[in-house]
Amino acid sequence: MAAFVALGASWCGFVLAPMLQLGGAKQTVILQSADNWPQQRTGDATLGLSVYRAYGCAACHTEQVRQTGAAFEVTLTSLGTQKAADFKDFIKSLMVVPDLATSSNSIVGSLDKWNGELPKTLYSGDDGDVASALADHLKPVGVKTETRIIATGPDIARGWGSRQSVAADYLYDAPVQLGSLRAGPDLANIGVRAPDANWQWQHLYAPKSVTPNSTMPSFKFLFEVRAVGAAPSPDALKLTGAFAPAAGFEVVPKAEAKQLAAYLLSLKANVPLYEAPFTPVTAAK
Amino acid sequence: MNPTENKSSCANEIDASLRVPLLALFGGAALWLVVGLVLGLIAGIKFHAPEFLSACPLLTYGRVAPAANDAILYGFCIPAALGVMLWIFARLSQMPLALPLVPVVAANLWHLGVLVGLGGILLGESTGHPWLEFPRAAAVLLFAAFMLIAVSAAATFGWRKERTLYPSHWFMFAALLWFPWIYSTANLFLNSNKVPRGVVQSIIGWWFANNLVFVWLALVGVGIAFYLLPKIAGRALANSGYAQFAFLTLILFGTWCGVPVGAPVPAWLPALSSAAAALTIVPLLAILIITIKTVCGACVSCKGGPFCFVKFGMMSFILSGILYISAACPQYSRVLEFTWFGVAQTQLQLLGFAAMILFGAIYELLPQVMGKPLPFPKFAKAHFFITMIGVLLFVVPLLIAGVEQGMKLHSGAAFADANAVALKFLRVSTTGQLLVLLGALLFAANLLVMAIQWKLGVIKCVIAYIKSPLEASETPATTEVKS
Repeated sequence: MAAFVALGASWCGFVLAPMLQLGGAKQTVILQSADNWPQQRTGDATLGLSVYRAYGCAACHTEQVRQTGAAFEVTLTSLGTQKAADFKDFIKSLMVVPDLATSSNSIVGSLDKWNGELPKTLYSGDDGDVASALADHLKPVGVKTETRIIATGPDIARGWGSRQSVAADYLYDAPVQLGSLRAGPDLANIGVRAPDANWQWQHLYAPKSVTPNSTMPSFKFLFEVRAVGAAPSPDALKLTGAFAPAAGFEVVPKAEAKQLAAYLLSLKANVPLYEAPFTPVTAAK
Repeated sequence: MNPTENKSSCANEIDASLRVPLLALFGGAALWLVVGLVLGLIAGIKFHAPEFLSACPLLTYGRVAPAANDAILYGFCIPAALGVMLWIFARLSQMPLALPLVPVVAANLWHLGVLVGLGGILLGESTGHPWLEFPRAAAVLLFAAFMLIAVSAAATFGWRKERTLYPSHWFMFAALLWFPWIYSTANLFLNSNKVPRGVVQSIIGWWFANNLVFVWLALVGVGIAFYLLPKIAGRALANSGYAQFAFLTLILFGTWCGVPVGAPVPAWLPALSSAAAALTIVPLLAILIITIKTVCGACVSCKGGPFCFVKFGMMSFILSGILYISAACPQYSRVLEFTWFGVAQTQLQLLGFAAMILFGAIYELLPQVMGKPLPFPKFAKAHFFITMIGVLLFVVPLLIAGVEQGMKLHSGAAFADANAVALKFLRVSTTGQLLVLLGALLFAANLLVMAIQWKLGVIKCVIAYIKSPLEASETPATTEVKS
């Protein structure tokens, strides 16, 4: 009986409770935007998810980006009516505020050799309270600042994404294939990193033709090598050197390759969400 | 009750009732083990030569690797464990196996299910959820077969003559209950037409995988070891009070592990899972103490015999459990996740722990059940040493590779560098895979020759019976054929 309860408890905890919490999950709103996230995939990309499953791509590739923390950057964009020298003194006088006292050295230090050029980074660090306190205190005196949130961590530094993956990103995946081994790179944002379908096809056909030290096997059986007809196919792979087919022949993707590439291109978790905020680079001008 | 006291008058009857069901379960299991290790070797070679068999869509890495794991777990570990459990249930009950025909049918259903499942994976019909890759048709067959065997085991238990419960009973009974529970839950949620939305799938998948690969195998392996170690050592199980404690804490804490630390799910899930993993050290310690106290000082010469297998299996269990717990610790997990470390831990759990204990149990029980010695006793000894070295060569380099790869990835190095670090260790681990396969071939040779000898014996009896129908009508051989 005790054993039954012990076993049943984990069922309630890890099957029932997540179903109740997340089973009815809906689209969420993208930060500072009216759009919803995620969007349903196109037909080809949905079929491509099935191709990804069937060939077991998740055995070597993860689809989840990790983030270890966040950095905050407060940038001065306009001094309003103030002069640079006055502003320096004002900043020094601000440093008695308890929220800012801990970072006073770095904030004052950043203005040491400043000659009034804009934009100027006032604070850059991992303390969100300092960043918001600084912005709050500068607002009333007519100085304009912009605060950026930047996700940090080795995955982000490697360019694999601009924020961590969160539950909402997988709402329309069936099956969800998070993967558990990185024998190949993470693919959560491959659609942002390599947005060209022809590159994806070429990589599937001959991985070494685009990334020379790749250990990925080629998926040549997803392609057809055929004689060039009256006009070359617009889908033909742009292969060169040892990877190119014999003269008079071209390599074209079969339906599965096109679907798989469409799925890969649909993988882009590049919008800020409430649970994973970051400031897109284009907004910080 | 003391498991050494089972040389009662009905021992022969018990052995006879188990002969056909166990041969059916073990014969297929030995074949699937070889199939699984060959598939695993193919998957391993692909890391040295990516173009190896890459022209064949059936044998892409993403199909071969899960097929190999499933063949070893579903093809070998589970049916072999069921066979050993039937034997232990019958021995502890002092009863011939109840409903002996049912497990024979079930064994064939099970192996058919594994065949369908592996074929499905290789043809691209995998569900895409780790450890649950088998398509629906296979899952139904496996579930039905398991239930049939569980019914036979429960009936043997219910009609037992020896009423006292032994610690192994708890472990094995929980295993009989838990597998249908997790397997049906996982399949109804993840293998149906209407799957739950988003990451709920992954959460259920992790729960299932943890409970199958860690908890279920632990219940079965420890249950079997707690029967075999005292039996071979000729003494009682030490600290059997601890055994109940270990059992309850194992199912209380162990069942909550499995959700990775940084997973993209609500934070309470990984936090709970990590806490449970830390507490799982309690049953591990209890099991370690019981094992050491039972084994140490036992006057058993063990030169590659069943005792060695079980001892090595228990050592692997403790080691694999510690690795599992450390990988769930947030500080280590950041480095170790997504690396070969997890693969190494799983293989240690499957091959070093579960398979080794099952080999030991089968070598111990088969000569008794069949009433004659193994055809190649030297193979059995060689099997132990080859597999022990093989498992170590397979797992240890992968563990180091995982740590090195994780440190590289965590320090922000380029991906290709981290991958290159792992590759040189993979070279060694493939050698280990080869040795494990060699050992499995020796095991299969022993088992299959024994099965063939028995079949020839039956055929001879039948022929003799046909030739002289009146005299031979009461021979034991013919009753076996009917059963």
